[in-house]
Amino acid sequence: MGTFSETGFVLAVTFIKIAVVLVILLTTIAYLSWLERKVVAHIQARWGPYLVGPHGLLQPLADGVKFLFKEDIVPLEADRVVYWLAPFIGFTLAFLSIAVIPFGEGFTFRGHTITFQITDLNVGLLFIFAVTSLGVYSIALAGWSSNSKYPLFGGLRSSAQMISYELALGLAVVGVLMISGTLSLRGIVDGQAGFWHVRGINTYLPHWNVLVQPVGFLVYFIAAVAETNRIPFDLPEGETELVGGFHTEYSSFKFAMFFMAEYANMVTVSCLATLLFFGGWHGPVFGPAVLRALLPVFWFCLKVFCFLFFYIWMRGTLPRFRYDQLMAFGWKFLLPLGLLNVLATSLAVAWLSSP
Amino acid sequence: MEALFYICAVLAVLAALNVVVQRTPVYSALSLIVVLCALAVVYLLLGAEFMAVIQVIVYAGAIMVLFVFVIMLLNAGRETPSQRSRLARWLGPPLVAALLVEVLTVVWRQFPPGSAAPAAALDAGPKAIGERLFQVYVLPFEVTSILILVAILGAVVLAKKEL
Repeated sequence: MGTFSETGFVLAVTFIKIAVVLVILLTTIAYLSWLERKVVAHIQARWGPYLVGPHGLLQPLADGVKFLFKEDIVPLEADRVVYWLAPFIGFTLAFLSIAVIPFGEGFTFRGHTITFQITDLNVGLLFIFAVTSLGVYSIALAGWSSNSKYPLFGGLRSSAQMISYELALGLAVVGVLMISGTLSLRGIVDGQAGFWHVRGINTYLPHWNVLVQPVGFLVYFIAAVAETNRIPFDLPEGETELVGGFHTEYSSFKFAMFFMAEYANMVTVSCLATLLFFGGWHGPVFGPAVLRALLPVFWFCLKVFCFLFFYIWMRGTLPRFRYDQLMAFGWKFLLPLGLLNVLATSLAVAWLSSP
Repeated sequence: MEALFYICAVLAVLAALNVVVQRTPVYSALSLIVVLCALAVVYLLLGAEFMAVIQVIVYAGAIMVLFVFVIMLLNAGRETPSQRSRLARWLGPPLVAALLVEVLTVVWRQFPPGSAAPAAALDAGPKAIGERLFQVYVLPFEVTSILILVAILGAVVLAKKEL
């Protein structure tokens, strides 16, 4: 801490960062829902939303207004406190993890270095895991407190699924951690700058972790899809068997909060996949100083967008797992694969670092 | 910082009391989660970020999820107070008081009022903890994991008579 004005400056910058990130994230979530409907519609040879605004571009706004003005129904037999608490937990946690995600290098302004990140924790990766591991309560409690059988089944399925796939998720990133030797997200991205050199020869392949950790990435991505309850792992809200799953009894804005939390989680795991395996903001940088500062952010957003698009693509393509298939896949395939990856990576790291 | 410590400490104690007082199992489990998270913030204030995050991941994020899962699976409602044994009623409060006094005495002797908190100088990063765990304390660590393995096997055998 320096003089008062310096502290004030840091505080002001942090508040501006939080505001900017929040606005961007909310806009992303709103238009992600539009994109999802559009892309899925085109996959199925339909038009999708077309009436509100050009190409349905104002549809998210209309949806928001609808959610706000709909009647908020609370089931008579519901456990009121927990019923209210559940969507808030999910919403808050989903937005919390974005705080440690670095979007770019940063720039210097009047002698102050301003990074494109709200806060840089030295255990940033674990912080995100901690926050997402708490996210399951939102779904489980929503299912329980509704006091209705379909939501209860949704909640039960979700807790079992999240516990199972969290292990694989954690194991998948261990390989990356062993290579980079740090838990800081910024540190992990810094380790992926430049190109791969094989015996001193520049291969012009980007120095991304995915090229040495393809199995780790595969396990991470599958587990991440399962953690965010997306197709083909969306059993907690399987419409055809559980009506709507854990949020059957929710309406109006509380339903919207679940919806936004799910999309925010999608954004978070896509950001994490970019940071851990695809070099974060690294990409070709050229031009004047302003462009040099902003291009990394653009590369980062582009990579995240590709992941989000892939999510939607999967939803339009794949059928849903059966419950026993889901459990067998998680425990008998994904978990051993993750363990093998850890073993192989540690052997390789030990072999390469030995003189 | 100190104010945050007192807020979290009071929150932890109140939530811990609530765990015992509540009659609905889900409320007790939720209160326990609050206790664990409040303790994680205390770890954070002591400069042990790694411990704080691990506390949330392991206890609040994994073990308590299983608790909640089981409570939901059994669909346990409000528990009805049983005929409490007279022995517990008469012996309980004095024993609890004795335990409390014991703990307070130990803390008082270890850290007399006015002594600085020694935790600030301790390195509690992932590297330091890993080195301790796999070099100094490797035997207790492995023994504990075998103990847990035995417990899991026992639970499976007890729960599933025919495998």
